Amino acid sequence: MKLTRRIALGFMFATGMMASVVTTTTPAHAWEPTKPIDFVIMAGAGGGADQIARFLQSVAEKKDLTVRPLVPNNKGGGSGAEALIALNGASDKDHSILVTLNSFFTTPIRQPNLGIDIQTFTPVTMMGVDPFVLWVHKDSGIKTFEDWLAKVKADNGEYVMGGTGKGQEDSIVIAWMEKNFDIKIKYIPYKGGGAVAKDLAGQQIMASVNNPAEAKGFFESGDVVPLIAFSDERLPNLPDTRTVKELGKDFSYYNQRAVVGAPGMSDEAAAYYRDLFGKIYDTEEWQNYMKSESLEPLPMDAATQKEYWKTQVDRHNELLKAIGG
Amino acid sequence: MRRAEFVTAAVLALMSVYLMWKSSELEIGYITGEGPGGGAWPFWLSGIMLICTGFIAVNCYRRTSPPSQSTEPFLDSYGKKMLLLVGGGIFGFIALVSIISMYGAMFVFLIYYLRFLGRHTWTLTMTIATSVPIVFFFFFEALMRITLPKGMKFLEPIFNYLNTIIY
Amino acid sequence: MMEILGLLSDGLWLSLQPTNLILILIGVTLGLFIGAMPGLGSVNGVAILLPITFLVPPASAIIFLAAIYYGAMYGGAISSITLGIPGASTAVATTFDGRPLALSGRASLALITAAIASFIGGTVSNVLFTAFAPPLASVALSFGNPEIFALMLLAFATFVGLGGDDIPKTVFSICIGLVFAAVGYDEISGAPRLIFFDISGFLHGVNFLVLAIGVYGIGEMLWTIDSTRGKITSTDAKMSVKGIASDAKEGMKRGWKGTAIGSFLGFFVGILPAAGATPGSLMSYGVAKMVARNPKEFGKGHPGGVAAPEAANNSASTGSMLPMLTLGIPGSPTTAILLGGMVIWGLTPGPRLFTDQSEFVWGLIGSFYVSNFFALVINIAFIPLFIWMLRMPFTILAPMIFVLSVVGGYAATKDMHDVWLMLGFGLGAFFLRKLDYPLAPAVLAIVLGPIAEPTLRQSLLLSSGDPSIFFTRAIAGPITVIAIILILLPLFKIIWTKIKSSSAETPAQ
Repeated sequence: MKLTRRIALGFMFATGMMASVVTTTTPAHAWEPTKPIDFVIMAGAGGGADQIARFLQSVAEKKDLTVRPLVPNNKGGGSGAEALIALNGASDKDHSILVTLNSFFTTPIRQPNLGIDIQTFTPVTMMGVDPFVLWVHKDSGIKTFEDWLAKVKADNGEYVMGGTGKGQEDSIVIAWMEKNFDIKIKYIPYKGGGAVAKDLAGQQIMASVNNPAEAKGFFESGDVVPLIAFSDERLPNLPDTRTVKELGKDFSYYNQRAVVGAPGMSDEAAAYYRDLFGKIYDTEEWQNYMKSESLEPLPMDAATQKEYWKTQVDRHNELLKAIGG
Repeated sequence: MRRAEFVTAAVLALMSVYLMWKSSELEIGYITGEGPGGGAWPFWLSGIMLICTGFIAVNCYRRTSPPSQSTEPFLDSYGKKMLLLVGGGIFGFIALVSIISMYGAMFVFLIYYLRFLGRHTWTLTMTIATSVPIVFFFFFEALMRITLPKGMKFLEPIFNYLNTIIY
Repeated sequence: MMEILGLLSDGLWLSLQPTNLILILIGVTLGLFIGAMPGLGSVNGVAILLPITFLVPPASAIIFLAAIYYGAMYGGAISSITLGIPGASTAVATTFDGRPLALSGRASLALITAAIASFIGGTVSNVLFTAFAPPLASVALSFGNPEIFALMLLAFATFVGLGGDDIPKTVFSICIGLVFAAVGYDEISGAPRLIFFDISGFLHGVNFLVLAIGVYGIGEMLWTIDSTRGKITSTDAKMSVKGIASDAKEGMKRGWKGTAIGSFLGFFVGILPAAGATPGSLMSYGVAKMVARNPKEFGKGHPGGVAAPEAANNSASTGSMLPMLTLGIPGSPTTAILLGGMVIWGLTPGPRLFTDQSEFVWGLIGSFYVSNFFALVINIAFIPLFIWMLRMPFTILAPMIFVLSVVGGYAATKDMHDVWLMLGFGLGAFFLRKLDYPLAPAVLAIVLGPIAEPTLRQSLLLSSGDPSIFFTRAIAGPITVIAIILILLPLFKIIWTKIKSSSAETPAQ
């Protein structure tokens, strides 16, 4: 239905004709958007966060859940600082929402002059959390985490890992490993997870810490080997991969995939978006996506989300202090 | 023309110095074991720019570059008028975007340019000035789903109404 | 080999199904207009149309998107030639000769040469793709950071001769482009950089399109009005069926070398994930100029200067699909979004896609061939429309170009900050243009800078700061040496002629 309408619009443009299009009506809400919703993404086009945002948008479109479209808007500049500034100063607070990752917590800590207080943002829906796993190339011959540690120690600071940059999620995990297993790693920052995956597959770097979703293709083909997961429990898709908790270290690290509203959003609008993303969360599409991409559910109501933000900010304060970033 | 060449070189030299100063907020040296620091790339390139402006000035002094040989004025009265009317027109266009929306500003700019600079008939002017924003609206908002600026609050009801047509 | 042909014919058959064929026609036409719009490119087309493809089977969906992709790649040349504004970074090099041709009333020659060269480039890369996809994927993977940096050096080297005769001004132009490329965020240290006056709009850096549209859409236009005293009579562009045939003949006669260079060079640079179509088209232009019998004609309206970058950017676009399909690694923002689309459709991109989803993969490859063919046909069919636009009085065309520039500048980043920045660049470019500063090098530098700087520094991190890494690696070494020789060649030439002239003078004394 939608498809034919859009194509019809295409023809209208091409031929210069104009026809009136009947609008679809959805059950009445207390509040409904009157214009396209600015769907800001804290990362550039093509990354993991972008992929999730576009997936959410597609589901909303497919199920015809919104009367106005979600318009994805990539603002990845300055580790997402640009997105936070845009939302903080949004002229229309009821039509601006944000897809976040952990830079939602780390960027305001690392760039205090931005003047962003994330507690003023409006919690909407926690779509899930994305675990991290340590990967090596199969040709390295390394099969276990212990072998890996021995190899890194033997290389004495020449062991090369790639990641998405100082202060980013994977660098926090790597810094934690350096401190807790007494190893030294040569860390090379890349533009995005895709570039890291490519250089791992081409053995330009020796290992990486990545979300299972990003390494999935290479894992299934057997090119990369998971060594250890930084999750609370073993991942259903990687049942043979141990967690750091099994090694006796009390540590886990996830990337949050949450939707957040602009500061000062009206309660009615916030309720509308919670309802919308709640519906998307319950769709078969999103549930399957979480399963296949190894996302873990972490449902929370609005008040709990705010609490969660507080604990995450404290935790990242500590983690970042440890790496001096 | 010759004076303009000198002045431009001087302005660009100042800009280069500013860029060097701004770049030095980050490490501009060679960090042992890591390579150049975060500010090194823009700093040293701005340095090369500064050197270039020096050469440009010397060439100008020795009258070896074409602009420094030219005796024509840099901007004659036509050039000044053109810059004011056309450049100023675009400036006004962009300034209006935040007030009366991209589409409204487009409309005003087209009338200004076609009627007052181009001296076209009112019929032609109004045909183009109204059809261009309409075509752009459907192309961007409906087909491409790229939202262009909608101006200040007082226009909201109009666009909200248009949205009910296209979505 | 037979097996591949069998799979390919299945793929072709699939994309010739009525629904898919209609999707291809719509996609190509839509892509053509999106690509022709300054500020919008294939990435916009693909990203925005992604959700609607949810309702058709994945194979049809990706066929539709590939059609848009091809259409947009063809369309990019249109604004470069007719308006002189490169609508996407891949079409910058097309302006160098396309614009002069249009100004001398030969827009149809330029447009037809571009269309045919694009078609040949696309076909060559499709064939290479079909026959050698898996082995080429491992070649792509062997290019690490040092290799990509060496390649960027080579790209700069092919451009040494591109500026004007004024060396300090050319060097200045290159450097300012490279410095603008550094604005925003330092990938390596993770710190914000060159945020002028703490304006948050600089956080996302200076977008290539903002500079390109400013320089060409505003600066160059103001300069044209000023230098012609506003008395530009619209170019006398004619169009007829016979004209098309003779233009096609002339375009190919003078542009076959460029087409051949672009088709192959573009493909090989395109398959490297970090490089992509833009360096490929720039290098092809540079090489085509180097090997031309009379390089001086380049830049003044030589069909070869249109054919080379156009063949290359189409070839590279197909090439950049290769790492995406075989490895699940996007080679460009557009393929990154396509990759996201595949995940949405429940496909796992990666090394096993070819075997696990062979129907899908070959359907896509089949649609490359079909889309490429229809893009050529539809493009030629629309040429009269673009020529007609060029014949409009300048006082109508000029405000339209300004409107397109402002909208395009906004659409590129959705930030008014960049529209103001674009106006600033435009006015600056106007003054510099009057003083004979070449501006094309700055526009090229802002495209190559964001690839060159990080790869340089990542390489040095890898080698603990030892620059010999660029010479000792098997692939990087030779490329670096060739690049350095090419960069120094003009210098040697100057010294050589000096020595010769001084030795010639000695006997006379």
